[in-house]
Amino acid sequence: MLVNNFLLLGALLFCIGVYGVIVRKNAVLVLMSIELILNSVNINLLAFDRLWADSGNNDGNVFALYIIAVAAAEVGVGLAMVLLIFRNRKTISLDDLSEMKG
Amino acid sequence: MIAFSSPIVDYHALAPELVLAAGLCLVLLVDLFVPDHRRWITGTISGFVLLGALLPIVTLAVWGDDVRDAIGGPGISGRYVVDNFALVLKALFLLAGYVVVLLSTHEMDEKSGYQGEYYVLLLSSVLGMVMMASSRDLISVFVALEFLSIPAYMMAAWKKRDRKSNEAGVKYYLLGVFASAVMLYGMSLLYGIAGSTQLTEIGKAVTLDGDKVGIQVLGVVFVIVGFAFKVSAVPFHTWAPDTYEGAPTPVTAFLSVASKAAGFVGLMIMVYLAFPLARDVYRPFMWVLAALTMTIGNLVALKQKNLVRMLAYSSVSQGGFILMALAMAYTNGSEESSLRAVIVYLIIYAATNLGAFAVIIAVARRTRSAEIASYGGLFTYAPGLTVMMTIFLASLAGIPPLGGWYAKFGAFRAAVDAGGGWGYSIAIIGAANAVVATAYYITVMREMWMKPVPENADTSSVKVPASLQAALAICGVATLAFGVVPGIIAKVGAITDLTGAFGG
Repeated sequence: MLVNNFLLLGALLFCIGVYGVIVRKNAVLVLMSIELILNSVNINLLAFDRLWADSGNNDGNVFALYIIAVAAAEVGVGLAMVLLIFRNRKTISLDDLSEMKG
Repeated sequence: MIAFSSPIVDYHALAPELVLAAGLCLVLLVDLFVPDHRRWITGTISGFVLLGALLPIVTLAVWGDDVRDAIGGPGISGRYVVDNFALVLKALFLLAGYVVVLLSTHEMDEKSGYQGEYYVLLLSSVLGMVMMASSRDLISVFVALEFLSIPAYMMAAWKKRDRKSNEAGVKYYLLGVFASAVMLYGMSLLYGIAGSTQLTEIGKAVTLDGDKVGIQVLGVVFVIVGFAFKVSAVPFHTWAPDTYEGAPTPVTAFLSVASKAAGFVGLMIMVYLAFPLARDVYRPFMWVLAALTMTIGNLVALKQKNLVRMLAYSSVSQGGFILMALAMAYTNGSEESSLRAVIVYLIIYAATNLGAFAVIIAVARRTRSAEIASYGGLFTYAPGLTVMMTIFLASLAGIPPLGGWYAKFGAFRAAVDAGGGWGYSIAIIGAANAVVATAYYITVMREMWMKPVPENADTSSVKVPASLQAALAICGVATLAFGVVPGIIAKVGAITDLTGAFGG
């Protein structure tokens, strides 16, 4: 298998994720899009780790493990915050978050 | 396959991190067992923990070797290093954290509750910053960045029932997480080029040469974009003013000083260690970021009516001056003067800005407002605070006898040392901006000294609690001393040497 196939999949997921973050107005969908980006990074790292299999280190695999763990922590905080704004405003639309401007 | 051999841990070098981690657990436990009305004790313990973590830094500076591998062993050496650069910045983060604890004690005790949790998050964020200063590897840079950011997201949204604070937290969170995701994508490409996450290895591989130039450029740009969000460089600054206005004021002080400094430290480590040969990519990119950041930050700050929001934009534009120095790294041998300029700027800016926020907190205890108009006639009933605020604002503007001028001087010198079209042009843009910035700092001074007191304002003298007085004293002395005797800070700047940078 060529490493290119994995990198293309990674790039595609990355683009879908960035598109989702920019276009979606629902906080939970934005969180999901960010997860897509993080997973595209993981695919990249694992593919590159195979590419450098004879380099004598496992940096790519280790990096991917760290990203998975940290992403879980991030989403935990993110969902708590979405819950917070839902309690105070009864909506999770990001367009309504415009109390401060200028 | 490498056979497993356990890493060699240098506990002396890791002591600041260990003290912080132990102290964090201690605060968490104490919070469980003390009754509500004595929760303030968690703040006191946090202060001692931060000062306690400073002790090993002093012993390391005095007795330690110049460069120590905190965690060594085959395949691990050189990825987490304690050198003079790391020690100076760790001391800065710990002291800034200590001043923020001083600023927080009364705010937290009187208003929001959840004190124990607040200090635990504050300490873990400081721990992340302390780790950032030692990281010399993509993985540890990433973990340190998340370690310092995730608690900060929660601290920004601290006032649970306050809609503005919620909004501040959510905006900071979404943009921060998005930025770190984009940065990670860049990091995965850098790893793909070098085959190692160690920054010095990446530095050798990112040469902008050969058949992988496209992927190298993409990697460098994405990493810089990620950090540009963290240091609120225009056009990635949109979260900063809203977050600074909505968050509790001590948290704003923390974000605008410590969190921003940590972002710059990460960016410095990347530029000096991982991109030394990629100058043709990062220099134009950061030149544009610096020019935009200074100019737009200043122009928007001019029309602000709220002092916290004005300081938010002022901190955006101050970041532009630091970027100016950093953009000139590795241009005509100016790398050392630009490294020193950035460190000196970060230290002086931290002292000055924390002081300005201390005054804002002290005044807001009386006026319950951060509108610039509510500062009218402050001199008549709070002369001490007025003088302090004038010192801090003048230092931010860079007026000579105060610390700020020396910081700006260093940044301009780095740009002029680099010379050529890039260096001189950014220095001219910076000089114009320094003049514009003075205008809005002077507006606030005029309000305090010359304008009448607003009607119905309470003009009995303002009581400043002891912890705020201590914070004001620390920041005021530092601001004055660095300006009057810049030799102190120049010395600190001169001993910093980034291991692995400058081809060493």
